Amino acid sequence: MHPDHYRHTELPPSTEYELYFGPNHPGIEGNYALKARLAGDTVVALEADGGYLHRGFEKLMEQRLWIQNIALVPRICVPDPVPMEETYARAVETLGGLEVPERAQWLRMLVLEMSRLTAHLFYFGGHAATVGLYTNMFWGVSDRDRLLDCFEQLTGARVYHMYITPGGVRRDTPPGFLDSLSEVLDYVEGRLPKFDDLFFDNAVLVRRATGTGTMDQAFAIDYGVTGPNLRATGLAHDLRRDYPYLKYAEVEFDVITETAGDAYARTLVRRGEVIESLRILRQVIDKLRSVPGPIRCPLPNPLAWRIPAGDAYTRTESSKGELAYYIVSDGSAKPWRVHVRGPSQMHAVQTLEALCVGARIEDVAQIMFSLDACPPEVDR
Amino acid sequence: MSGSLFRPLKALGTLFEAPITLPMAPRPAAERYRGFHLNDHNKCIGCGTCSRICDNAAIRMVHDPELRADPVKGIRAERPAIDYGRCCWCALCVDACPTGSLSLSREYIHISENLDTFFFVPDEQGMHGFGFEHGWDKGDDNDLLAHQRQPMAEVGTEERLGDMREIVLGFDPQAALVEASRCIQCGLCHDACPTHMHAPEYIRAVWEGDFDEAVRQIYRTMPFGSVCGRVCTHRCESACSLHHRGDPIAIRWLKRYALDQLSPERVGQIASEGRTREKSGRRIAIIGSGPAGLTTAYDLAREGHTVVVYEAQTEPGGMMRYGIPEYRLPRDKLDQDIDIIRAQGVEIRTGIRVGEQVTLEGLATEYDAVVVAIGLHQGRSTRIPGSDHPAVMRAVDLLRTVWSGADFEVPRSATVIGGGNVAMDAARTLARLQRRCFGEVQVHLCALEAEEGMLADREEIHEAREEGIRINPSRGPRRCMVEEGQLTGLETVACLSIFDDTGRFHPRYDEEDARTHPAELIVEAVGQMADIALLPKSIVEQLEWERGRLKVDNDGATALPWLWAAGDMVEGPDVVHAVAAGHRVASSIHRSLQNNRGLTT
Repeated sequence: MHPDHYRHTELPPSTEYELYFGPNHPGIEGNYALKARLAGDTVVALEADGGYLHRGFEKLMEQRLWIQNIALVPRICVPDPVPMEETYARAVETLGGLEVPERAQWLRMLVLEMSRLTAHLFYFGGHAATVGLYTNMFWGVSDRDRLLDCFEQLTGARVYHMYITPGGVRRDTPPGFLDSLSEVLDYVEGRLPKFDDLFFDNAVLVRRATGTGTMDQAFAIDYGVTGPNLRATGLAHDLRRDYPYLKYAEVEFDVITETAGDAYARTLVRRGEVIESLRILRQVIDKLRSVPGPIRCPLPNPLAWRIPAGDAYTRTESSKGELAYYIVSDGSAKPWRVHVRGPSQMHAVQTLEALCVGARIEDVAQIMFSLDACPPEVDR
Repeated sequence: MSGSLFRPLKALGTLFEAPITLPMAPRPAAERYRGFHLNDHNKCIGCGTCSRICDNAAIRMVHDPELRADPVKGIRAERPAIDYGRCCWCALCVDACPTGSLSLSREYIHISENLDTFFFVPDEQGMHGFGFEHGWDKGDDNDLLAHQRQPMAEVGTEERLGDMREIVLGFDPQAALVEASRCIQCGLCHDACPTHMHAPEYIRAVWEGDFDEAVRQIYRTMPFGSVCGRVCTHRCESACSLHHRGDPIAIRWLKRYALDQLSPERVGQIASEGRTREKSGRRIAIIGSGPAGLTTAYDLAREGHTVVVYEAQTEPGGMMRYGIPEYRLPRDKLDQDIDIIRAQGVEIRTGIRVGEQVTLEGLATEYDAVVVAIGLHQGRSTRIPGSDHPAVMRAVDLLRTVWSGADFEVPRSATVIGGGNVAMDAARTLARLQRRCFGEVQVHLCALEAEEGMLADREEIHEAREEGIRINPSRGPRRCMVEEGQLTGLETVACLSIFDDTGRFHPRYDEEDARTHPAELIVEAVGQMADIALLPKSIVEQLEWERGRLKVDNDGATALPWLWAAGDMVEGPDVVHAVAAGHRVASSIHRSLQNNRGLTT
């Protein structure tokens, strides 16, 4: 029995099917979901859904005092939390007219580059795992752990450091810290040839990553791609050099580029950036040995702290790309609106959706990782 | 490019290296690790700042029945409890703690099936009593509070000696803003204040630039804001949680600042908000127009009662007008406060001494209730030889003479006996008069106590010295020296100790160490008492007395159903205590009148 208005329709036969990729997939970062339309094992279309990780950061920030947000912002990006703190703090400083003391600026650069190192090491491990090279994943994570030890010494915490506060940083370096950090940097540098052997020159990686997820420069610019992903298409664009903040104008480093624009090029850019980060860090350490305090400008009592009305847009070169905060203040004790431009939003939604078309299903995870997309940044 | 198939095999070499896996034993945390909380309960005052700065609402203040609250010292019987289901270990609580009692430890492992164990009140032992070391604690670099008080501008010594101008100039807007911004709104000042002023609220209003609101908050409990903003003994500041690691908030000066920002008319409008317009038909007589009497009058008039205040002097204000020197309390500010009280419908009849023009019995029949708030206007004497000489005055009499504008022959040299604030008032007033008449100051002050034990405020002693007053601590008066009928000086001996072993007043002197202080005038500032001549004998006998003081209950009610007492005569000299007593008496009378207690039989 059918209802009266029922009309049977014949659909044409299809060779395509839909596959849910995530949110609990071992090959995907965080609680991120992809809905893939496949023909055989070739992706016909891909739809990204970041909503599984929505934690309402932007809305939460409106409920919290200016200083309380320093505990919230790093959570937006777990592998690379420091740029979140820095960009938020700089926006508040712009609005409030606060001047960050010189030593604090160097300390901020120190943690920013340390964070970039940890993020890239994490990335090496992650990317390797998507092509089945699990040993490299363990190496990346265990080497990152040595940097986390340094973070723990300096900030008291390993992952969410909550170290940068508007006006400066919260603590000065503990005794002996710069020496132990230098040792770790030497160690990481010494490990790079081993990573080359195991990973960057590994035939498995080279064959699978070359030509995978390729984009050209025009595409990258159209899609708002930034950071290492953009530089892998041959454009030397780096906020640290082009729009220097903190003391980046006073340190020497090169902007690493590749031209192929594929997953392998993106990985090679990050490998080069590890070396540049080490270079920057050594210069920062030298500065920190001589630049005197204070480490924070005088701040009003945090409970009674008002920021003058206005808006500010600040941006930072994070390990993922161009991270920006847009903050509007109505002159009260809490932000009126905070918007986070997470670089991964462009990478993990539009770019990923486009690059995956025509790719094979086993490369979807690799393409996503090679873009170094951080899902929590997508939907704040 | 094809990569190498063989080079990755080099990684096999790590098989012969030591593993880098973490050991099974817990790894020691870094020196400033942010683990579970520690709290030194001896330092913690229960102010709750940690719970207010906490961005996750993870800290709740819980009452600890084993602790004793001490509002005067600014200690609450509360301690923070942490909910580790919410805590994110950001350590803002540590950075914002005003005492430095709170810190985080290097302990980071807690495993339990019992969810209740994740909510706990930290102490010095740590979460499991393992004695983990401090991790992130209060260093020099991570304190979020501003510990330095804004300096208060004062008139220089030379200028201020020339006349009776007010010494303290008051905050400028910038200083007031910075000072108000330091407040962490803990409310310990509110608990400590005798009249429980809403100090956190009006400080917050000053910070927000909302002076209407600030004055509104002040007038909730304080009709003498301009007076107390200048001369209050500020127990609030001794209780302020910021004093543990720095200067307390200048609460008194901020009160003064808020009131000074508005015109007297606007203050009057705000003070009159919420006043009952209906007349109750009840009549209350108040004897004495000092802070206690006028506060009672203010409250009762606002409730719609008819209030008449009887004042023996020619102008209202009591000790505020005839005791406190003008350089500490300008009279126009006092008049402003009193005018606002009058505007509530209070009638003040000056120049009427109860016991002379009217009698207490007469008031008792005419009114539903009577309040005695006559203060302490009779000075005590040292009763040393020669103290009956006409040139030996009590400090209260001297001050009343000077401030009422009566004729007074300024002495070329004077000596004040006493080490309290009244002695300082007398000495500094004389110094100003001498400076005006003779161009130089010759005032000695002889206190029984050693300098550390002197009862006067430190700044009073400091400023008195600045003004050229010679302060002689540990000097006991021996006799007033009179030659041919003229007073010439005061002889003192060194005082070795004031109290005996049982703590009773029993000074010991070194008779060998005698000194003479030149004095055409000697002022005794050794305490005051109430002048109870107005009370008829029959009533004195019906009342209860304790060591010469009238005994009242907590509400100021006496043994007679129609008679209340308030102010200095009950509690000792202090404006803010008198205001507090005035409120208590007023609400007690109001209740009684509603319950038909009182004289209307």
